Parts: sequence; C-alpha cells; structure tokens
Amino acid sequence: MLKIDNLHARVAGKEILKGLSLETRAGEVHAIMGPNGAGKSTLGNVLAGRPGYEVTAGTVTFDGKDLLEMEPEARAAAGVFLAFQYPVEIPGVNNTYFLRAALNAQRKARGDTELDSMQFLKLVRGKVKEMGMTPELLNRAVNEGFSGGEKKRNEVFQMALLEPRLAILDETDSGLDIDALKQVAEGVNGLRSPERSFLVITHYQRLLDYIVPDFVHVLADGKIVESGDAQLARDLEAHGYAWVRERTPTEAHA
Amino acid sequence: MATQPGEVEAALSRRYDAGFVTDIETHSLPLGLDEGTIRALSALKEEPEWMTEWRLKAYRHWLTMRQPDWAHVKLAPIDFQAISYYAAPKKKPKSLDEVDPELLKTYDKLGVPLHERAKLAGVAVDAVFDSVSVATTAQGQLAKAGVIFCSMSEAIRTHGDLVRQYLGSVVPQGDNFFAALNSAVFSDGSFVFIPKGVRCPMELSTYFRINAGHTGQFERTLIIAEEDAVVSYLEGCTAPMRDENQLHAAVVELVALARANIKYSTVQNWYPGDENGKGGIYNFVTKRGECRGDDSRITWTQVETGSAITWKYPSCVLRGDRSVGEFHSVALTNHYQQADTGTKMVHIGRDTKSKIVSKGISAGRSQNSYRGLVKVEKGAVNARNHTRCDSILIGKRCGSHTFPYMEVKNPTAIVEHEATTSKISDDQLFYCRSRGIGEEDAVSMIVDGFCKQVFRELPMEFAVEAKKLLEVSLEGAIG
Ligand SMILES: Nc1ncnc2c1ncn2[C@@H]1O[C@H](COP(=O)(O)OP(=O)(O)OP(=O)(O)O)[C@@H](O)[C@H]1O
Ligand SMILES: [Mg+2]
Repeated sequence: MLKIDNLHARVAGKEILKGLSLETRAGEVHAIMGPNGAGKSTLGNVLAGRPGYEVTAGTVTFDGKDLLEMEPEARAAAGVFLAFQYPVEIPGVNNTYFLRAALNAQRKARGDTELDSMQFLKLVRGKVKEMGMTPELLNRAVNEGFSGGEKKRNEVFQMALLEPRLAILDETDSGLDIDALKQVAEGVNGLRSPERSFLVITHYQRLLDYIVPDFVHVLADGKIVESGDAQLARDLEAHGYAWVRERTPTEAHA
Repeated sequence: MATQPGEVEAALSRRYDAGFVTDIETHSLPLGLDEGTIRALSALKEEPEWMTEWRLKAYRHWLTMRQPDWAHVKLAPIDFQAISYYAAPKKKPKSLDEVDPELLKTYDKLGVPLHERAKLAGVAVDAVFDSVSVATTAQGQLAKAGVIFCSMSEAIRTHGDLVRQYLGSVVPQGDNFFAALNSAVFSDGSFVFIPKGVRCPMELSTYFRINAGHTGQFERTLIIAEEDAVVSYLEGCTAPMRDENQLHAAVVELVALARANIKYSTVQNWYPGDENGKGGIYNFVTKRGECRGDDSRITWTQVETGSAITWKYPSCVLRGDRSVGEFHSVALTNHYQQADTGTKMVHIGRDTKSKIVSKGISAGRSQNSYRGLVKVEKGAVNARNHTRCDSILIGKRCGSHTFPYMEVKNPTAIVEHEATTSKISDDQLFYCRSRGIGEEDAVSMIVDGFCKQVFRELPMEFAVEAKKLLEVSLEGAIG
C-alpha cells in the first residue's frame, strides 16, 4: 500500500530524513519508535505533504501512485490521514462543521455524493458512541481550549469519521490518561481491517500492549535502523536505544 | 450555517459580479458644483423653499472647509468640479409596475427582492439607483402599522415637518467636510419613521447602486424611532466596475427616543478597484445615531468588503440615561484597498454602556485601520465601555493598524480595551488541507471563524450574504 524508498528530506535547510525505506501492506500495523529528534514527525509531515518539507531524493508511492506529487488535500482524499502530535486550534470554526466540510471535500474529490446534514449527523452520532467521544467537544470550535488529551481524542475521532486507508498516529498516546489511552486503543483496534494500515509513532511500549503491532521499526538519525515484531518494542523498553545503536553498524548494512 | 458544496467555488470564480453597467437612459446635471447646481437640483426634485435654503447654507459652509487628511489613507485630491451631482433614470416611475424593466433586471441580478418576493421574505425594500429612489415596496402594509418608509425626496414633500425637525439634528451640516457636501447636494436616500410603541412588522432594507459614470452618490438616510419603537434596518451597496474612482459620500442619522431600539446593519460591497488598484469607489460616510431618550439602544453592525478607500465611523451619542450603543464590524481589505474605519461612542447620560467588536482582515497589499474613540463626559456617571479589536493578516504585504482614543472626564467610568493581531498560520492552513479541505476553502473557513462574533449579530439572510462576500473578496489572497 505504502512504499517508501530511500527517502531524503530537508526542513529549514537541514537534512532530517537520510535514506529512509519502509513498506506497509494493507491490514498491517507498523509501530515506529526512536529517540527525540530522530525524524519521526518529519516522516509523518512529509507523507501528509506539509509545505516546507523538501524531499531531495527517494520515492514514496501509495497504491502505486506517486504520493509526493499530490497536494495535501489530494492525499487526504486518497486516504492518507495524519493524527498530529500537536493538533492546531481554529477559533470560531465549529468542530462538527469542520468535520463535515472535510468529509464532504474528500467525498467530492473521490467522486462520491456529499452527505447532507441529516446523513452526516447520523454518522457522527454513531461514531460518538463507538469512540466514547465527549459530544460536548463537537459543539466547540476545533481544538480551541481543548486540553492536551482532548485534542488527541479529537484527532482519533476525526480518523474514525474520515475512515482513511493509511492512518499515521504521531504520539497520539502521549498526554492521555489511562482510561483515555484504553479508549483510543480500542478505537484504533476497532478500525483495524484488511483494507487499512497504520503507522503508529510512539515512545511507549504501553500503547503497544493495547494495539499489538505486526512490525516495529526503530527510526534513528533519519533512517530505519532496526525492524522486528512486537518483541522488539519490549526489548527496547528493557534496554533503551543505546542497545540498538550498538547493534546498528552490522544490521543496517546487512 | 453550512456552506453548500460548490458554492464557494462558484463564489470564488465570480469575482466582482455586481460590476455590470445597466444600459438605461439617464438624466444628469452637467459636471461641476456651484449655487446654481444646487438650485437646479432642488428644483428638479420639486423641493420646498426651506430645503433649498438648507442646502445652500450647507454649501456655503462647505466652501470654508478643507478635505480632512488625518485618516490613515493615501488619496489623490478629488476634483469636485469633475463630478455630476445628479443622475437619474429618465423615466420616473409612479409605481413599481412602471419601473423600467432594465432596472428591475438590474436588481434581479443583484439578488434584491423588489416585487412580491420581498413581501414573502418579510422585507420591505427601497432601492436607490444613482441619485434617486426608484421603488419602495410594501408601503401599504407598513402604513397600516403607522410606519413611514419612503424615499427621502418623497418624505421632504409629504412629511416635511418631520424631516425639518430631525434632519441635521444628529449630524449637523458643518460636522465634517463630507457631511457638509452631502447636506448641500444629497440626492435621495431612505426615510423611516416608527411612531411611539410600534414594533416595525418587518425588516426594512435599502439597496444602493451607483450606475452612471462620473457621478457621485450622496444619499441621506434618516431613521426616527419614537418612544418604545423597535426597528431593524439593512443596507446593501454595489457599483459597476469602472476605471475611474467614484465618490460616495452618504450621511445616515438615527434618532432613538426613550426605550426605542434601532438596529442598523450594512453589507457594503462597492466596487473596490481591480487587483492593481485601478478604479473603485471612494466611500466617505458619516453615520451617527443618537440615543436621545433614556433606556434607548442603537446597534450598528457592518460588513465591509468593498470600496477602494473607506473612511467611516458609525457612532453613537449616548445622551439618555442607561442608553446602550453597540458597534460590531468586519472590515476586509484585499489588493490595494484602504480602509480606515471604526466608531465613536460618546457617553453623556448616567449608566450608559457601549460595546465595540471590530474584526479587521487584511490581504494582498491592503491597509486596514481601526480608529475608535470612547468619550466619557463629566455627567456620565458609571459609564461602561468594552472594546475588542482583532485583526488578522493574510500574507506578508498587507498592514493592519489600531488607533484607540479615550477621553474620560468622569472618574467612575470603566473603559476596557483589548486588541489582538494574528496571522492565518501555515499550521492552521495545513491542518485543514491535511483533512481534505482545499486551500481557498480553508482560508474562507478560518476567516469565517474569526468573524463569527460579528456575523451572529446580522439578520440571517445577511449573515449568509456576508459570508459569501468574504469568500469572493478573498479571491487571490493567498500565494
Ligand atoms: N521547522 C524546522 N526547523 C528546523 N529544524 C526542524 C524543523 N522541524 C523539525 N526540525 C528538526 O528536525 C529534527 C527531527 O524532528 P522531528 O520532529 O521529526 O523529531 P521526532 O522524531 O518526531 O522527535 P520527538 O520524538 O521529540 O517528537 C529535530 O532535530 C528538529 O529540531
Ligand atoms: Mg515528533
């Protein structure tokens, strides 16, 4: 589904991704872990098409199409979703209105009919129940005055509603209380399906106890330096990144 | 208030779609201005002697005045001899059925409901085309309620005493340069009188349209709400696209007697000039309301997207005890537009309150200034003012300025001022786009969110119109 090959990318003139390769197939959950500043969020931003992130080499294809050629809104319509590490506030714009505008823009771009307000409200009500979302948050402006955890939950709610094919969750677990973490994980697990794949960026093994990944990758200094199954995350938790670094020289070139 | 899909795109591709010229025979006075012009104008309008004299007095005063230059705008000197002070469609209609079909088509194109549709929409409409009022609808129904709603020319003829009593009582002839000019040469406008205890049964609305070239439009509006009367009045404005700058210098006076409530809303969309700053309307307007009686209230709400240069400060004089003045404004400038707008709140009575909410949006190379004065006189015990002034910048070449002035002569007054300036952040834009919302729509959405507080004050249909206008006006604002 997603194929990243030898990706190099710069931000503000500084090379952050330095030859990153990764492939995900439909139905898989990939966890990405790695030290602060390694380039995890940069990867998410490059995939979502954030202006200012300059790809200098490498390719990314999504369902065989060149993802890097597409505008951010076209990527969204194609099914790429990024749950932001730091979601943005948009004062005065009603959350439900925003969601409907987003969903209908995507549907329109795909050539589907747009939902009228009745159809949309019905859909939202269903998702609110499913995700254990606080309905009050939907009547407020997008992320305005939301607590850190509420913002994260709002991201996951958007994901549930937009039903992307590739969801990138950038540290969606940080800032969540224990119950919210479980709810979010349940939400994600509920969305797991043979057509959908996930890139879950996290610092904590804890999340992966709930969302059990098919693969775990370690991203360090702009590259994937180690890949494994769920066990790798547990080893990292026990040994820290120094342990990977010691092993890298041999494995990375293997 | 959900935007229908496709509407935004349509709006964006529409550009200034009020910019057509109507092919209609007009009768105009030759260019230039002197006492003879004023007498000719007054005679054309079959005015009584006192009116002619009133105009001449204003004219003589105007001759002693100089065009103000203190607003934060750049302006080439205006040649007042190169303007025609009167242009009117040749055929004068007696009733709506006799109105020139070309004219009706014009208002149709503008989406102004003139016929039965107006009644259905619950709105009474007066339409001013160049210098004269061409149609006032729903007069019968209003008359039943005792409401007078007609063109100013007609009011001068049929309700002379009322006009004479109130005209110039809020904005004196010599108030400022443009008000003096208006007093001398005003051509038409709307007159509204709501008698004691009457709640006006429908929204009243006037559409102003400048059509003829080389003409100025100088309309005069007077609204009087007697004790306990309530009225909501809407005003909309458009003009064709022309390369020359055209002058619009209106005066609006509102009088609210005890416990009366006047709500005055404007959606102003005069032609702003093209993207290179050529052409457009010079909009120099004096709008003032006086809360003359105790417990009265005046609310100004305006959405301003048009004009090459706007110079306008709707004001409230809070004379009655416990009277309330409010000002809610959205001013958007794009390309080379310049706007210098704001309000004046003058507290005279005890326990008077005023509230100011101003939202400025600047894009392109435009300059957008807020200028506000809050004045508390000696006797205004316990006066309260709250001002909130937010500006948002789109792009890097525009400017936004805030000039708050305060004059407080009573120590019990509380005057508060808050101001913010922000940019539409790249983060907000990207957030919207990453959810599938295109760039132009995202900008509209963010700006709309920014203006929410003011849009809430507008009557429903106007709020929808205002929102669409912003979308059209923001075209080409990014990149
Ligand atoms: N706009 C920018 N200007 C300059 N440097 C930047 C910019 N954006 C990112 N960087 C740098 O790029 C590097 C990678 O950042 P990134 O946010 O991708 O890290 P991360 O792996 O997500 O870290 P964390 O775990 O702390 O979230 C960091 O050194 C960061 O300072
Ligand atoms: Mg990060």
